[in-house]
Amino acid sequence: MDFHLTDDQRALRAGVHELLAGRFPRERLRAAVDAYEAADGGPVLDRALWRELADAGFFSLLLPEAEGGAGLGLPEAVLVLEEAGRALLPGPLVAGVLLAGAVDGVAAGERVAGLCDAASAPALWEHPSDCDEVIVVAEHAAYRCAPDGLRTAPVRSVDPLTPLARLLDGPSGAPYAADVPRLRREAVLLTAAQQLGGAVKALEAAVAYAGQREQFGAPIGSFQAVKHLCAQMLVRVELARSAVYAASVTEDPAEVSGAKLLADEAAVRNARDCLQVHGGMGFTWEADVHLLLKRAWLRAESWQSAAAGEEALAAALADGHIAV
Amino acid sequence: MDLTYTDEEEDFRARLRAWLREVLPKLPDRPAATDWPGRRAYDTAWQRLLYDAGYAGLHWPADAGGRGATPTQHLIFLEETERAGAPYVGANFVGLLHAGPTIAAEGTAGQRARWLPPILRGEEIWCQGFSEPDAGSDLAALRTKAVRDGDAYVVSGSKTWTSHAEVADWCELLVRTDPEAPRRRGISWLAMPMDAPGITVRPLRTLTGTAEFAEVFLDEVRVPVANRIGAEHDGWRVTMVTLSFERGTAFVGEVVACHRVLVALARKARDNGRWDDPVLRRRLGHLAAEFAALWRLTQWNVSEAQHRGGVPGAGGSVFKLRYSHARQELYDAAAEVLGAGSLDADHEWFADRLSALSYTIAAGTSQIQQNIVAERLLGLPKGR
Ligand SMILES: Cc1cc2nc3c(=O)[nH]c(=O)nc-3n(C[C@H](O)[C@H](O)[C@H](O)COP(=O)(O)OP(=O)(O)OC[C@H]3O[C@@H](n4cnc5c(N)ncnc54)[C@H](O)[C@@H]3O)c2cc1C
Repeated sequence: MDFHLTDDQRALRAGVHELLAGRFPRERLRAAVDAYEAADGGPVLDRALWRELADAGFFSLLLPEAEGGAGLGLPEAVLVLEEAGRALLPGPLVAGVLLAGAVDGVAAGERVAGLCDAASAPALWEHPSDCDEVIVVAEHAAYRCAPDGLRTAPVRSVDPLTPLARLLDGPSGAPYAADVPRLRREAVLLTAAQQLGGAVKALEAAVAYAGQREQFGAPIGSFQAVKHLCAQMLVRVELARSAVYAASVTEDPAEVSGAKLLADEAAVRNARDCLQVHGGMGFTWEADVHLLLKRAWLRAESWQSAAAGEEALAAALADGHIAV
Repeated sequence: MDLTYTDEEEDFRARLRAWLREVLPKLPDRPAATDWPGRRAYDTAWQRLLYDAGYAGLHWPADAGGRGATPTQHLIFLEETERAGAPYVGANFVGLLHAGPTIAAEGTAGQRARWLPPILRGEEIWCQGFSEPDAGSDLAALRTKAVRDGDAYVVSGSKTWTSHAEVADWCELLVRTDPEAPRRRGISWLAMPMDAPGITVRPLRTLTGTAEFAEVFLDEVRVPVANRIGAEHDGWRVTMVTLSFERGTAFVGEVVACHRVLVALARKARDNGRWDDPVLRRRLGHLAAEFAALWRLTQWNVSEAQHRGGVPGAGGSVFKLRYSHARQELYDAAAEVLGAGSLDADHEWFADRLSALSYTIAAGTSQIQQNIVAERLLGLPKGR
């Protein structure tokens, strides 16, 4: 047993981090927020950036090498999406990674595919104006839809960079042949990976601010009350990381549920604590903290809510389907 | 990220399981919690069995009498012994997890030869004399003084919360050898024989009702200078070696045990109807996620130690912070499942509910662990 990252995995993570730091730095993030607000709706995605991500192999990660992919597995996909979450990169990334082999043009970044969980109520669809095609996933089946074939109602999204629409009808369209439980499980896991990245970012931002902001003639990070907030943020990150990485290796349904549960908690609570550490600054639009929190809230409701995760784990416990 | 065990590791597991199947049925009944001589005899007999089978000091370096096993093999050992229901390390704890590793790391060849084999064979029991009435979290404030007199130190002062003091043969004792020096530079680490004249042990009854630790009064106790581990006044550094071992793998078996309790809790709740309460179900579901993740975090920390040549890292503090809390939550959830039945002090979960209360205090309180994590892992400035 060696749970640690291999050299290749480490290099992959570092490479993605560097790519995103160069192509989607904070200024780009804030410019995207401003642009979307100014446009008052419409698409969010920067298609040129999307193609660059595709060129870097973002969406073809899981495709076999024979199909032009990297032939990597879920552990690698998790590392990539963790970095995307850490950079607050917007867009239907999970759909991109999971649908690259099924929807034309997705692997190359030419077309954007979306995934919509029709089993949740309300059924929300992310990035309605950005998607060229949507896979609507019901409880046990999935359907392939053209975006204009879906009747929707607008929803003003909590997250300034993740527009939402509400599906008005039940799922319809051409059947999409897929192993639906697996598709759902992978969507849960990859969403958890993004949450982990968000939790890491919140921790980093809090520690950086605590080391630099001074009150009472000392950095606020020298006060225990602040230190202990930060320490618990790290504890949440490390616990969630262990759970998410392990679930990516085992793909065990209960373990995936637990990983999402703990990653959601880490993302949301770390963003909250990060806000507290920032004081009044944390309550401003200008600071990035609210973007972290809002994205975390959004993802916490995506694919598996806390209630659903805990019920699934309880059921696994009762049926002996979870082991330590 | 490889969670599968190698053929070699699985081999090791299989041999261990076979051995456990053979020896465990032959063990005598566990002694009562109040029967300290019986507990000592039981714990040391188990240690002797481990020694004879080649499992004693598994993870100790070979030149300390250990087996030089990898951290992963040690993990498998702790996991399998727990799953099989084998005895706990019990009174051997300090010898195997604190004093022994310290002597192995810092002692001379002669000191290692004197003290390590009897620990491994279960012949000698150690206790830890660190805490004092006025030095708990602030361990460096300790005042028990040792004055050189020829080839001995004359030691006077008092220690407290000393676990297993009543049955120990040796005490790993921290004393102040230089009262003038800055606090951390005037401390020495001594191996004190517990039968030396001048030692008075007064057992303290804990909230569990039994005496799990004691006060130890030292009145001009002579301890040979040859019993000092490490240089004079260098005991603080020597001690830090011990403390990191304490948090490394001490709780592996317990995580496995906690999961088992959780499964039993779910069964009990289904039997008594409380399972119909979604709040309780969700609480148990959440705990299932926590213990599964704590197990993975353990594997993560073990892999990290393996990469660093067996040295446990600061990951132990992160683990202890969450685990100590989760263990308390587990037994609170147990009380919710049992309802008024949780008031029955004879219930099998009652003693564990009480002992769980010490986990956020012993071996460094949660507040101190959070300071450590914030300062050493996150690099936040030291407080004043
Ligand atoms: C079951 C058990 C077994 C033990 N066995 C042993 C043993 O065998 N040998 C041994 O030497 N010791 C032993 N101990 C002692 C243990 O290490 C101490 O209890 C522990 O270090 C705390 O010290 P204290 O009890 O003096 O509490 P204090 O240090 O007085 O702490 C009291 C409270 O103040 C808080 N506090 C203190 N300082 C700070 C700070 N700087 N910042 C924030 N909060 C702070 C603490 O977190 C705690 O909540 C044992 C303890 C227990 C409970």
